[in-house]
Amino acid sequence: MNELATRFRHAYPGFGLDVDLRLPARGVTAIFGPSGSGKTTLLRLIAGLEKATDGYLAVGDAVWQDADTFLPTHERPLGYVFQDARLFPHLDVRRNLDYGLSRIPTSSRKVALDDVIDLLGIGHLMERKPDRLSGGERQRVAIARALGVSPRLLLMDEPLAALDQARKQEVLPYLERLHDSLDIPVLYVSHAIDEVARLADHMLVLDAGRVVAQGPIIELMARADLRLSRDDAEGALIEAGVAAHDESYQLTTVEFPGGRLSLPRQARDVGQRVRVRVLARDVSITLAAQTGTSIINILPARITAVTAAGASQCVVSLDLGGTAILARVTRKSVDVLGLKPGLDVHAQIKGVALLK
Amino acid sequence: MFAAANIEAILLTIKLASVVTALLLLIGTPIAWWLANTHSRLKPAVEAVVALPIVLPPSVLGFYLLVAMGPHGPVGQITQALGLGTLPFTFTGLVVASVFYSLPFVVQPIQNAFAAIGPGLLEAAATLRATPRDRFFTVALPLARPGFVTAAVLGFAHTVGEFGVVLMVGGNIPGQTRVVSVQIYDHVEALEYGQAHELAILLMGFSFVTLFLLYAFNRRATMLRT
Repeated sequence: MNELATRFRHAYPGFGLDVDLRLPARGVTAIFGPSGSGKTTLLRLIAGLEKATDGYLAVGDAVWQDADTFLPTHERPLGYVFQDARLFPHLDVRRNLDYGLSRIPTSSRKVALDDVIDLLGIGHLMERKPDRLSGGERQRVAIARALGVSPRLLLMDEPLAALDQARKQEVLPYLERLHDSLDIPVLYVSHAIDEVARLADHMLVLDAGRVVAQGPIIELMARADLRLSRDDAEGALIEAGVAAHDESYQLTTVEFPGGRLSLPRQARDVGQRVRVRVLARDVSITLAAQTGTSIINILPARITAVTAAGASQCVVSLDLGGTAILARVTRKSVDVLGLKPGLDVHAQIKGVALLK
Repeated sequence: MFAAANIEAILLTIKLASVVTALLLLIGTPIAWWLANTHSRLKPAVEAVVALPIVLPPSVLGFYLLVAMGPHGPVGQITQALGLGTLPFTFTGLVVASVFYSLPFVVQPIQNAFAAIGPGLLEAAATLRATPRDRFFTVALPLARPGFVTAAVLGFAHTVGEFGVVLMVGGNIPGQTRVVSVQIYDHVEALEYGQAHELAILLMGFSFVTLFLLYAFNRRATMLRT
């Protein structure tokens, strides 16, 4: 199974969904878009919780829906994590986990539930009823329960959206561990770009029920035209390797095609692959390499595009020699410096965040 | 302490209410499930029919049941063809009439309990491979339990408390259809106030204790949920 092919066309009151997609059935694919863009609807259609008048869905070789077929939800080999956990209130955690597990034949149990319980850190909660769990614990149990059926596809509908910032930070590392240790393709619905930046390999951008873009997350995050962040927090992702640590200044240097960046000392081994994020608003542009500046990350770059962003701002796309980043500058600066595609400049990078 | 005739009436009443409650839970549950889940345009009509006994004078309901079950009524024709005779003025006839009379008191609490569960948990069960039947028995039924307790108690108590329908359909046959409420009426007609009082106070006590326990249970169930 390496591909998920889907075509749905359905009119809802005040909203129409029209998608025709091929998604890689491996790694984490983020389904991203603003509220009301049809993300959850798309996930529910894939799960068979809703039925489109015109729909086709195949996961690998298995057709789940076409003109003559509609596999009911309980016959689709998927796992679903709802935004609101939806644990059964009359069952304790152990029996919630067993609910799905006991309903699949032993021969198709591929995920070791005990490992998942360890991975999600919920072993000490087994005797508790859901109303005695915190929001973060509930969501972790819900994820384990969904994995208990050894799904061929895991659907996650904003699993962190109902949690406060602290709980989000509690659950995110578990999601990353799942990604690294389980070979189950995940469709991850979210409207939070920072979650997507951390977790996803591939991204699908929806708006008003239509597909705006899809592709590898690194590519899409470097596209200024997608306006992925509404609060000016757009920024490119860079896949890099840890090159060196500077113990005296407590800095870590990472290396990628086109340059190196220093960031505060990270507890990573040299050679390890990491993903860092460079926010566009943390990048400024100079025509000549500056000296006498406190900024330590200065890289030569070539402008590939200038995109207007609001009345006073522009987002400049930069190529660092194989790696793309974005810079947010004023429209005035664009005119004064004569910034245009093809121009060689220097990018001054004020901040770099390690994502994973 | 009680006169033999009174004891007979009490036992008959308990038997009637027990049989009717059991039947109502069997008949009422699918109706309640359908009403809680359907988007059919027929839903308000079915709800209205179920609720009719709440507003109709028992004599009206009793009258139509009497006619329907009588020798020339549609139900009567069927029962006669089956060799069962006619139902009015028999215990069976009383059971049938009571099922109609107490139906809303059983259907409505169960329907509300099913509706309160919402589609969310049933969807979750579906994604965990549970078939619709499986979801009903392992998710909907256990979560609707307080509704079933309320329904059973109200169905039983309301059947114990009926009078008009019994008089219309069942008449007043000792050991067959003479339940406590009718017996009290008889005693009063015969100016046996002492005997009437004996049964009246019993029903009064029974009704209060039943409702008290029910409300106490519901309070506990609500507190457990929050």
